[in-house]
Amino acid sequence: MPRVTFVTFAGEHHVVDVPAGTTLMRAATDHGVPGIDGDCGGNCACATCHVFIEAPWASKLSPRSDHEEDMLGLTVDPRPSSRLGCQIRVTDAIDGIVVQLPQGQH
Amino acid sequence: MTSPLSAVQQQARDAAMSMPLDAIDPADPEYFVHDTVGHYFERLRRDDPVHKSDSPYFGPYWSITKYADIMHVDTHHDIFSSDWSRGGITLTDPPEGEKLQMFIAMDPPRHDDQRKAITPIVAPPNLMKMEGLIRERTCKVLDGLPRNETFNWVDEVSIELTTLMLATLFDFPLEDRRLLTWWSDVATMNKKLNPDALEPHERMAELGKMLEYFTRLWNERINAPPASDLVSMLAHGPSTRNMSPLEYMGNLVLLIVGGNDTTRNSMTGGLLALHDNPDQWAKLRADPELIASLVPEIVRWQTPLAHMRRTAIADSEVGGKRILAGDKVAMWYLSGNRDESAIDDAHRFIIDRARPRQHLSFGFGIHRCVGNRLAELQLRILWEEILKRFPVIEVVGEPVRVRSTFVRGFSQLPVRIPG
Repeated sequence: MPRVTFVTFAGEHHVVDVPAGTTLMRAATDHGVPGIDGDCGGNCACATCHVFIEAPWASKLSPRSDHEEDMLGLTVDPRPSSRLGCQIRVTDAIDGIVVQLPQGQH
Repeated sequence: MTSPLSAVQQQARDAAMSMPLDAIDPADPEYFVHDTVGHYFERLRRDDPVHKSDSPYFGPYWSITKYADIMHVDTHHDIFSSDWSRGGITLTDPPEGEKLQMFIAMDPPRHDDQRKAITPIVAPPNLMKMEGLIRERTCKVLDGLPRNETFNWVDEVSIELTTLMLATLFDFPLEDRRLLTWWSDVATMNKKLNPDALEPHERMAELGKMLEYFTRLWNERINAPPASDLVSMLAHGPSTRNMSPLEYMGNLVLLIVGGNDTTRNSMTGGLLALHDNPDQWAKLRADPELIASLVPEIVRWQTPLAHMRRTAIADSEVGGKRILAGDKVAMWYLSGNRDESAIDDAHRFIIDRARPRQHLSFGFGIHRCVGNRLAELQLRILWEEILKRFPVIEVVGEPVRVRSTFVRGFSQLPVRIPG
């Protein structure tokens, strides 16, 4: 199973292995990783699974949709590396991905 | 709830389940005063989830009653507009000349710019800074409550706490804070539904006084260095500093109502829900950690804003029905939050749900409640401090509910705290 490392705002690492096809949002919420809420259940409709994904992982992901772009506009500190965790499915191609979490979801 | 239905509820249930579908019009203020609207929604979710009614108050409108359909409408702002010029966000169409321009009632891109200007004050980093002050004020209010006598929880706790919070956010003179409560009530008054409401011209005159007061604050803040209160943020923010007076007034109404009527009614509704479900209250006392899931469950259960309205700007299909450009659409959050196909045991108040945050009360999509985290923080602190102090809060009479199809709230809840 592909592995995901979530790094909280305080710098704690949470490593989880999830079946391919799981979204980053579910990978976090199903494993009790603090800092991701996922209020809308994965509909790209609340922006409470905001994460930062830097190089080299960012370029391996499909680009943001217009909808994701709109919703990221609701977050407190959107950055070029901002993504919504519910829009990214974990696959073998991104096995080992590192995901940084913001200070809080809003 | 497992208790048998009261006569009023049973009668409403029988009517809702047997009347012809065409006759069902859930936007009837009587149903809200008696809290019987849920039966009509249950019938619609079962038999006609996307339903057209012709209201004597609001004219023809669509009711969207299922969770998934509401999510669809809420996330398609390109088809379902919130714009004030088309009628805004409530079923009531404001009279000409009274159209308040507020960012909740704007489409992108203006919505996005104005919303961004105020987001930082209610975002997690700022909330962490405010937690101590909110707790201090909450403790003071709770410690001052009467013992062994009946008092109105709505006024003494819910209104007092939310108004104090709002005054803090605006850096509004504390001694005048009840003006904020009054203006919030004035803003949502609807003469059509409630004969006791102010006449439209009186209402605008009161809101004019609000604008006058806040213009004074604006002028003070614009001439001072930028500060972290909302008025200063609006006065200095690049996308808000050139707002017209009507737009300033609209955004004030939005922030005052948004920060007042909503949390206020969740504070009352939560106490009532726990009173009606003593097993849940016992569970909470045994494990105060459950406050984390209690708070979103209260917000779901209460659904302090029963609906949000949109106006279709293109033809489309929702739940198998054709909704045409120009049609008025009510997303009934109150109904979606009781939808068994989306939420397990939706009709039960359960404080330790697996996914308590998946409810519609804050809306979804680009208009999702900007103050949601602040609301949750206020409710969390309230329940933490209640559990520390009061082994029992008795609800000693029936609640009085407000006559509105938009705000689902209370004017009275008589309670007694044994001393």
